[in-house]
Amino acid sequence: MSNLETFREETRAWLEENCPASMRTPMPDEEQPWGGRNPSYPNPDTKVWMERMAARGWTAPAWPTEYGGGGLTPEENKILQQELKRIDARPCLNSFGIWMLGPALLEFATEEQKQKYLPPIVRGEIRWCQGYSEPGSGSDLAGLQTKAEDMGDHYLVNGQKVWTSYADKADWIFCLVRTDTSVKHEGISFLLIDMETEGVDPRPIKLISGSSPFCETFLTDVKVPKENLVGELNKGWTIAKRLLEHERAMISGMNMGAGEASLGGMEELAKEVFGELDGMIAHPTLRDTVTKHKMDEEAFNLTLRRTGELAKAGHGIGAEASIFKFYGSEMNKRRFEILLELLGTNALTTEGEGHDQDVMDISPQWLRSKGNSIEGGTTEVQLNIIAKRVLDLPEGGQA
Amino acid sequence: MTTENIEQPKTDFILSEEQTMLRDTAKQFFSEQVPISNLRKLRDEESADGIDREVWKQASELGLAGILIPEAYGGTDFGITGMGLVMEEAGRTLAATPLFSSSILSTLIMLEAASENQKQSILPAIAAGEMIVAVALEESGHHNPAAISLSAEKKDGGLVLNGRKTFVLDGHIADKLIIVARSNGQKGDTNGLSLCLVDADAEGLKVSRSKMVDSRNSAEVTCENLTVSADMILGTTDDGAAPLESALDQARILLSAEILGGVNEVFERTLEYLKERKQFGVPIGSFQALRHRASAIFSEIEICKAVVTFALSQSDKKSNQIARLASLTKARLGEASTLVSNEGLQMHGGIGMTDDVDIGLFMKRARVQLQLLGDPSFHRERYARLNGY
Ligand SMILES: Cc1cc2nc3c(=O)[nH]c(=O)nc-3n(C[C@H](O)[C@H](O)[C@H](O)COP(=O)(O)OP(=O)(O)OC[C@H]3O[C@@H](n4cnc5c(N)ncnc54)[C@H](O)[C@@H]3O)c2cc1C
Repeated sequence: MSNLETFREETRAWLEENCPASMRTPMPDEEQPWGGRNPSYPNPDTKVWMERMAARGWTAPAWPTEYGGGGLTPEENKILQQELKRIDARPCLNSFGIWMLGPALLEFATEEQKQKYLPPIVRGEIRWCQGYSEPGSGSDLAGLQTKAEDMGDHYLVNGQKVWTSYADKADWIFCLVRTDTSVKHEGISFLLIDMETEGVDPRPIKLISGSSPFCETFLTDVKVPKENLVGELNKGWTIAKRLLEHERAMISGMNMGAGEASLGGMEELAKEVFGELDGMIAHPTLRDTVTKHKMDEEAFNLTLRRTGELAKAGHGIGAEASIFKFYGSEMNKRRFEILLELLGTNALTTEGEGHDQDVMDISPQWLRSKGNSIEGGTTEVQLNIIAKRVLDLPEGGQA
Repeated sequence: MTTENIEQPKTDFILSEEQTMLRDTAKQFFSEQVPISNLRKLRDEESADGIDREVWKQASELGLAGILIPEAYGGTDFGITGMGLVMEEAGRTLAATPLFSSSILSTLIMLEAASENQKQSILPAIAAGEMIVAVALEESGHHNPAAISLSAEKKDGGLVLNGRKTFVLDGHIADKLIIVARSNGQKGDTNGLSLCLVDADAEGLKVSRSKMVDSRNSAEVTCENLTVSADMILGTTDDGAAPLESALDQARILLSAEILGGVNEVFERTLEYLKERKQFGVPIGSFQALRHRASAIFSEIEICKAVVTFALSQSDKKSNQIARLASLTKARLGEASTLVSNEGLQMHGGIGMTDDVDIGLFMKRARVQLQLLGDPSFHRERYARLNGY
């Protein structure tokens, strides 16, 4: 038997034994596993599952073992993901540390920093948030003003971040700060800040969905040790951009199939609502709408696969990946619009006797999906990136 | 199984060296021997054939006419993916040849349905480019195989055909026709079709040329008591629908590859124009309204590439998903070519409206390709049905 076959068998057996039964059921939002210093575990199995996976490094399967990761090859990781999917396992840990910060640290941090920051991320002990956007700089991120002054033995940080997802629940924040005001991109540095430091003040903002997952984060005379700088001073923009690539990759694959999963798939839902005619969705125009979307999904998945294969075969992919953020997020928005159309007023009901919770859960997700084409760089910004870096179109036209 | 076997990357999307060479050969052939000026010449000189026979001879000598045909019948046997690469290149120069009608559609029907004897008597001649075989399938302005009603009455073990066909690609230059006729059941039934191979000069057969907006040719075909002997029926009487459908699906995928070639060409030309054409003192490609549309089109084309490449490779693997994938592919490419040709023209401004610029030729070709073997709504409906919703 080949190594990979052995790996699959062992993985399957291990998961069979170690993934608690309740972790193989659909996950209510309040049971999302975020870890951190003050974790919330309405279901104690969430903790058990995370800790067992973390002990093997499988919360970050591809990271090197010396930092607590699983050290798996891409092939092994793929098998692990397949086996997790096979048993409908819930994610063991949601983490900006794993999705965004970790890969950037692996590339840019010192050995000491990697040793310090990566293992707690893998173990789910420290929850990170992202301090990029400011009130005055969103799409034009490099215009950020939060400044870090060199005070000899520490940096003194003053400014305001905004749209900081989960800042009120996070333990640490990775921040872009201005360390040189005379230049734009070359005056930005990448700084790690403990949220417990005096002067850090996150205030939740209420969103259209009614929940408050993100904050304004005020930074007032925050003292940050100098060793918390990642990379060189004034070279933070390179790190920032690389991290954004990881973030965009995450967002383009995000939510695929979520939402409707608990409702049995868009096409089944349509049959349920409108009835069947010869086994087909009885409403002809909505059937076409559903079909169009299903075809988009299949085609998009094939595109992800193709890119994966090309990358593996050494045909490097670069800014082409921007099409994923653009297309994936726009497609996800269309998906929720179709679900609303299929469910009608039932999906617009937020509370009511005899109403199905799964159906009522759609509208907050629909509202949340609107952010997909804004967060991590808007659709317009992605299209700018493609035009510039892939198509090599000239810039600067105003008329 | 060895580790090495298992860890081989699955190549659904990556070309082999052999395939890359074939593509390069095709690229060189079409760009040098059959550039767009070739189509313009045929059109402007009102060529009686509508194709350049000399070019077709050269293509056949290169082996392009026999790509789908096994070596045992004189073909080069490069498979569906190989043919897809050739079609993509043909699509880039709008090459007017019987490649699709004879070497794809007819050949696939022969391969799916014909007896050993029939294959031996026809395929080598197709592969050599010496015989052109066209398929008489459609009966109305919309692709709909189930609606075939050209009647085939059973007589003396053979069939007698009566009725009309339209949009028979290259019908006027064909040496033989494959006529799809109804020998059983009623219009609307999926089954009950027979595939009849007849000589172009057979008694009772009338073929008249029609010109299409893309300057290619099709024919109207009329059968009046046309007798088809038993040995000229491909496969068995009444059982033609299944092999036909299988051939159509492969042909739809190959046609999509040709469409992709056209789409790529139009986009590349448009991109060049965006960089070169100046207004208000700057290249028009620096205006965001155009940049964003170009980026969105690029994204769409990347998706098209993945879909076409996957469908081709799955055809070669004889996957049981071909019908679904054919509809996914043909619908998407039909929509994409409409988008890209419309946008390409728009971004060229007034000059895009002139006959001197090629964009219009691509747009016209795109609409014919879109209708051929099913437009996007036909294929969306079919995809949904095949998926059970
Ligand atoms: C759900 C969600 C979570 C987020 N989480 C975080 C987080 O954790 N941390 C963080 O730092 N930030 C976060 N953000 C912020 C996000 O990155 C910004 O909202 C985003 O970059 C856009 O910036 P803005 O909101 O200032 O919009 P603006 O930049 O003001 O954009 C407004 C509009 O103008 C358009 N526009 C701007 N520039 C151009 C241009 N050059 N060409 C064409 N159109 C243009 C935009 O596309 C948009 O339509 C989050 C946002 C959302 C929605």
